[in-house]
Amino acid sequence: MYKVISTEAIAPDTFDIWLEHPDIDKRAKPGQFLILRLDEFSERIPLTIVSTAEGRVRVIIKAIGKSTYKLCAVKPGDTIADIVGPLGNPSEIDRFGTVCVIGGGVGIAPLFPIARALKEAGNRVVGILGAAKKELLIMKDEFLPYLDELYITTDDGSEGIKGNVTVALQEVLKKEKVEFIWAIGPMVMMKFVSLMAAENDILCWVSLNPIMVDGTGMCGACRAEVGEEVKFACVHGPEFDGRKVKWDELIKRQYQYREEEKQAMEDYVKEMGGKNA
Amino acid sequence: MPEKNKTKMRELDPIERIGCFEEVALGYSREEALKEAARCLQCKNQPCVDGCPVGINIPGFIKALREERYKDSTVILKGDNNLPAVCGRVCPQEKQCEARCILGRVPGGDAVAIGRLERYVADLEIPIESVVKPPVHKKVAVIGAGPAGLTVAADLAKEGVSVTVFEAFHTAGGVLVYGIPEFRLPKEIVSNEVQFVKEMGVEFKFNEIVGRTVPFEELLSDYDAVFIGIGAGAPRFMGIPGTNLNNIFSASEFLTRVNLMKAYLFPKYDTPVKIKDRVAVIGAGNVTMDAARTAKRLGAKDVHIVYRRSEEEMPARLEEYHHAMEEGIKLHCLTLPVEYLGDSNNNVIAMKCVKMILGEPDSSGRRRPVQLENSEFTMEVDMVIEAIGQTPNAVLKAGFPSVQLNKWGSIQADEETGRTNFPNVFAGGDIVTGAATVIEAMGAGKRSAKAILEYLAGA
Repeated sequence: MYKVISTEAIAPDTFDIWLEHPDIDKRAKPGQFLILRLDEFSERIPLTIVSTAEGRVRVIIKAIGKSTYKLCAVKPGDTIADIVGPLGNPSEIDRFGTVCVIGGGVGIAPLFPIARALKEAGNRVVGILGAAKKELLIMKDEFLPYLDELYITTDDGSEGIKGNVTVALQEVLKKEKVEFIWAIGPMVMMKFVSLMAAENDILCWVSLNPIMVDGTGMCGACRAEVGEEVKFACVHGPEFDGRKVKWDELIKRQYQYREEEKQAMEDYVKEMGGKNA
Repeated sequence: MPEKNKTKMRELDPIERIGCFEEVALGYSREEALKEAARCLQCKNQPCVDGCPVGINIPGFIKALREERYKDSTVILKGDNNLPAVCGRVCPQEKQCEARCILGRVPGGDAVAIGRLERYVADLEIPIESVVKPPVHKKVAVIGAGPAGLTVAADLAKEGVSVTVFEAFHTAGGVLVYGIPEFRLPKEIVSNEVQFVKEMGVEFKFNEIVGRTVPFEELLSDYDAVFIGIGAGAPRFMGIPGTNLNNIFSASEFLTRVNLMKAYLFPKYDTPVKIKDRVAVIGAGNVTMDAARTAKRLGAKDVHIVYRRSEEEMPARLEEYHHAMEEGIKLHCLTLPVEYLGDSNNNVIAMKCVKMILGEPDSSGRRRPVQLENSEFTMEVDMVIEAIGQTPNAVLKAGFPSVQLNKWGSIQADEETGRTNFPNVFAGGDIVTGAATVIEAMGAGKRSAKAILEYLAGA
C-alpha cells in the first residue's frame, strides 16, 4: 500500500498527484515510468514519472476514462494498492547542443524531467508547449527556468501561436539548427513532429504510451513496429526514434478497446449517480 | 484414451461449463478416492516415484489414504511437495508418475489415478504443523513467486533459512495466477498453497522487478544466496505479415487480462478483454488449450485451434485436449498461418494458411512439418491468439548482466544444482529450460534448494 500525499487540480480534469514511494524517489531517472493499480478492481495504469523528491513520486493525470477518473478522485491520505517502478529505459541525456523539447496536452508533464536534465547537461533548450486551449496548458511556469526559449501553441489561439506544435517547430527550425528533438504528447502529435524531424534529418525521441498490461515484457500488448522490428514499449522503450515508428498502425492499435472503455465509463457514471467525478 | 478400470472423476457438463469459469474437474468423493487408492499394488521398487520430478512418496501417501489415516497422508504428501493441490490438477501425470505405474503397463490396464488421489488428499486441507527448523541465520533472496520460486522458498524455510521472495506482480503464484485459468486451477487453491508457504515464515515483496526496481547487485550483497526463477518471460510471435493488426494477441496478454486482472468479470473489474465470434488459437500446447477454452467461455461462437503438426505431436496434456474437444473447439492440424489480413481499421478479418505434411524427425524428435506446395487457403477469423511459446525476457538480460546465458538466451545453470557462473546464484524453471511444465519447474526448485543448503553449510 502506498499513501497519497497530495492532489491538486491544475487544469480541467487534470490532477497533479504526489505519492509516497521512497524506492522510486531513490532510483528514477528522466523518461522512466511506473505502473499503478489503484485497488483490487483496477487496471494496471502506466504513468510517466514527472519528478521525485523526499521519498515521493509525482504523476500528472488527465481524467478521460473510468480508470483515470477513479485515479483523479483520490484524496490525500488514501492508499494505492500497488505501484511498481521505475520501469523502462531512462532518456539518453547528453550535451548535444541545441535541443527542442515539445510537449502536447498532458504529455507536457513527462517532458518536464527530460527538459530539466537536458538543461542541466548544458544544452540550449528550446521548448514548445501545446494545448487545445489556454486553460489546458499545464506547467508553463515550472518549465521556464530550464528553457532558453519558449513557444506556446493553442488550437484555438487563446494563448501563443494558433495552431499545433508543428507550426512552432517550423518557426524554430527556420531560425536555428536543432541537434535533437524530444516530443511527448498524443500519438498524432508525435507522428507529425516525427515527420517534420525526418524531413529535416533531426533525431526525434518520442515516448510511446500504448496500451500495456503487465509492463514487464511479458505480454506484448504494447508492441509497435519500429524500424521494421517489433518492439515492446515497456521494456525496449518507452522512448524510440519517432522517425522509425510505424505510426498509423500504432494509432489504430490504441483504439482497440474504445467500446469497452466507453461501456466502463457509462457504467461508472451511472454508479456515481450520474455526475462526473 | 478411454479409461477402463480407473475410477472416473466427475466433471461439469460441457454445455454448462462453457458458460462459466467454474472448475471443470470436480474431484473424488471419499468413496471414489478409497476405491481408487485400493488399486495401488504398493510395489517395492516404487517405479511411480522415479517418474515424479519432485520425488513424492506416492505409495506412502496412497497407503495412508486407504487406511484412512488422512493426516498421515497429508504429512507424507506435503513433506515432498509444497503445492500438492496445484500439482494434482496441472501435472501431466500420464507422462510422469502414471506412465511408470505397473497397472498401466499391463495390456488393457489403467495406471492408478495418482494425480486425482493427490488432489483428493490436498483438497481435504487438513492442517499440519509446519515443521520449520530453528533459524540457521542465513538469508536467501528468491526472485519470482512462481512454481520454482515457491518451492525453493518453502524448502529453504523448512530448514530454518530466512527467505525473501521478490515478485513483479501484486500477488504470488506466477503462471499459476496469470497463466492457468480459473476453470482448471481455481485461484483460491493457489492462495491456500501460498498461505502454507507464508506460514513457514517466508517473506514476500511484491511489485519488485529485480534488475529494474531493485538492483541485482544489491541482492548479491544483502543475501547469502540468490535463486532466480523468473519464468520464460517474453511472448514469441509468429512474425508473419499482419502481426500487429488489431485483435491479434499473444496468449500471455489474453490470459493475463483474464486470469490475473480478472477481465472475465469486466466491467466489475476494470481491465477489459476482447472477444470476437471466430477466434483462431495458434499452437497445441497447454497454453493453447487454456486460451481456446477461455475464448469459448467468454462467448466466442467458433474457436479454432490451428497447429502445424499432427494430433500425435501435440504437446498439450491429454485431459486438456479432451476437455477442449468436448467443449466444441475445432482442431485444424497440419495447418500453418502465413499472413494475417486486415480491414481498413486494421482489424484482422482473415488469415492465409498453408497445409503441411510431416517429414523427417527434427531435433525435438517430432516429425518436422513441411509446407505442401500450392496448398494456400484463407480462413475467416476476426481474432487470433498466438500460443507458440516464450523467449527469455529482455528485462532479464539487462537486469542480470553478469549472469551467464546459454545460446538460447536462457540462464546457463547446472541441471542437478541450478548453479550459475556465480557460486551463490542459482536458477531454475523456465528461465533455464525454456517453457516447460509447473512440476518440472518445481523439480528444479527442489534440486536448487538442496544445492543452496549445501552451499550455505560450506559458506
